[in-house]
Amino acid sequence: MTELTGTQTAPAPSSSMRIDSIPLVLFAAFAAAPLLASASGAEGYVLSLLTRIMIFGLAAMSLDLILGYGALVSFGHAAFLGIGAYAVGILASHGIEDALIQIPAALGASALFALVTGAISLRTKGVYFIMITLAFAQMLFFLATSLAPYGGDDGLTLPNRSLIAGAGLLENDYAFYAATLLCLIGAYLLSRAIVTSRFGRVLRGTKENAVRMEAVGFQPFRFQLAAYVISGMMAGLAGWLMANQAEFISPAFMTWQRSGELIFMVVLGGLGSLHGAIIGAAAFLLLEEFLPEILHAASFLLNDDIRSRLTENWQMVFGPLLILIVLFARGGIMGLLRRPHHG
Amino acid sequence: MAEPLLELRSLRKNYGALVVTDHVSLSVRPGELHAIIGPNGAGKTTLIHQVSGMLPSNAGQILFAGEDITHLSMPQRVKRGLARSFQITSILPGFSAMENVALAVQARSGSSFRFFGNASQEKGLNGTAMDCLSEVGLGARAHIPAGLLSHGEKRQLELAIGLATKPKLLLLDEPLAGTGHDESQRVVETLRRLKSRLTIVLIEHDMDAVFSLADRVSVLVYGRVIATDTPERVRENPEVRAAYLGDEEMV
Ligand SMILES: Nc1ncnc2c1ncn2[C@@H]1O[C@H](COP(=O)(O)OP(=O)(O)OP(=O)(O)O)[C@@H](O)[C@H]1O
Ligand SMILES: [Mg+2]
Repeated sequence: MTELTGTQTAPAPSSSMRIDSIPLVLFAAFAAAPLLASASGAEGYVLSLLTRIMIFGLAAMSLDLILGYGALVSFGHAAFLGIGAYAVGILASHGIEDALIQIPAALGASALFALVTGAISLRTKGVYFIMITLAFAQMLFFLATSLAPYGGDDGLTLPNRSLIAGAGLLENDYAFYAATLLCLIGAYLLSRAIVTSRFGRVLRGTKENAVRMEAVGFQPFRFQLAAYVISGMMAGLAGWLMANQAEFISPAFMTWQRSGELIFMVVLGGLGSLHGAIIGAAAFLLLEEFLPEILHAASFLLNDDIRSRLTENWQMVFGPLLILIVLFARGGIMGLLRRPHHG
Repeated sequence: MAEPLLELRSLRKNYGALVVTDHVSLSVRPGELHAIIGPNGAGKTTLIHQVSGMLPSNAGQILFAGEDITHLSMPQRVKRGLARSFQITSILPGFSAMENVALAVQARSGSSFRFFGNASQEKGLNGTAMDCLSEVGLGARAHIPAGLLSHGEKRQLELAIGLATKPKLLLLDEPLAGTGHDESQRVVETLRRLKSRLTIVLIEHDMDAVFSLADRVSVLVYGRVIATDTPERVRENPEVRAAYLGDEEMV
């Protein structure tokens, strides 16, 4: 693990203005986007796509906290999306629709799940850790499919979005967008503080060389477990948002494919920079959304039959494309942005 | 005679049929520099692993300052004042030399479950870290990423990290291995200075260094201690000379 991750370290706190300006630009763009959305004529679509990007950005960033800074490859992170979503669905179907109760419940349930599964998973290393986090997420997935009162396989449609102190503020898409952006920025600032703090330094040190950390007196397990719990809670919040955006919950929120996508987003954006994960999520979802059109436009030389097949089977291009990006842009998108500076 | 700071009682370690530590009993007195020498593969590093808590022992007891620490974890032993360096350099290559040391200071000063405040700016931690770096002669290199230091400087950094844990006993596994002449001279001088403040167990193949620094020397051969004595008497010991076949290494 040390050889694998030791070379590409999280940037030192002294990284350049250029890098530090990226999150500013990113959040400013998210803040300005609704204005453009209303001018675009398709504001419902644009808003919902951007909201989705921010929610996945939050989930991917929470994963980056343990993957990029702790080298903990959790292959079950979608479980927390499911927990957050089911907190909305289960409570709502019992008449508890207020976010002031739902969110603490979502965070508490995520923390508990992370604490129990983390305490077991973190006893293992490397591939075993990957497999055991996957196994726990699958357990939760099958549990959800068997929850007949809450829709089982089919899921559950929510009557409306969560209330805030009894008021239906989030029904407005702009308000929901703002709430999502607020969650994202809050989680970003918290994560940024964590990685530079004493705690974060121990986590980063453990990623580089766990034996050395023990030899100066740290017990890496305790720090990794705490990071896992924090990360799980953030992903749980993303799950709460996700259910509210869709006004629907189902076991599909926590498939292993979803967990894989989250890893992909983090790697695509660049490990260990936090905002890179958000950019990775954006790149992933935008490609997924627009690749069919791009393919259609780019293949104008081919005959119509091949052209339509290519567009229909865009996923066959999507997978290899992602792999190429990751292979050739080492360090992900953030790596590309950083490279010119390092000469 | 004062109570020993470290006492090994009939310590054993085996890998299957291969006995690597064979009923080792040893006591290290407070304040002394106790060297452990022996041919390659004698089991010196294994012994340090056992004492530091990196490897469990199959039998025997380890007492530190009168307390049985045989079953404590490595971090628990560090907290009691037992620090070590590694034969194969073990540092955090992506962190600056300063941060490598500051982390060791952080481990013993206050809680590390602090989620706010920039740790790399903490004056208290950095000040102490800088003292430790200056002690080993790396003060000027504090802000270089540890992975970019020369091999010799990395060895010095290991020493500084060990010091930063404020140990009562420092276990050093070949601190001179692979260092150039000048660097090795500097480390020897550093050890000579530290000797007056710390108890040190030194594993070293460089016999000049061993005989100029050590108060007592133990000789380990095939996992057994065949002699423990003053440097002069060990040098004259026929069994020891026989173990070092050609004798030339013993000067
Ligand atoms: N994990 C292991 N499994 C089996 N044998 C091992 C293991 N680790 C060490 N050994 C063996 O134990 C013996 C002692 O090794 P050790 O590294 O302690 O020697 P050393 O005295 O430090 O040697 P050197 O002077 O070369 O550093 C060697 O014969 C080695 O091959
Ligand atoms: Mg050795």
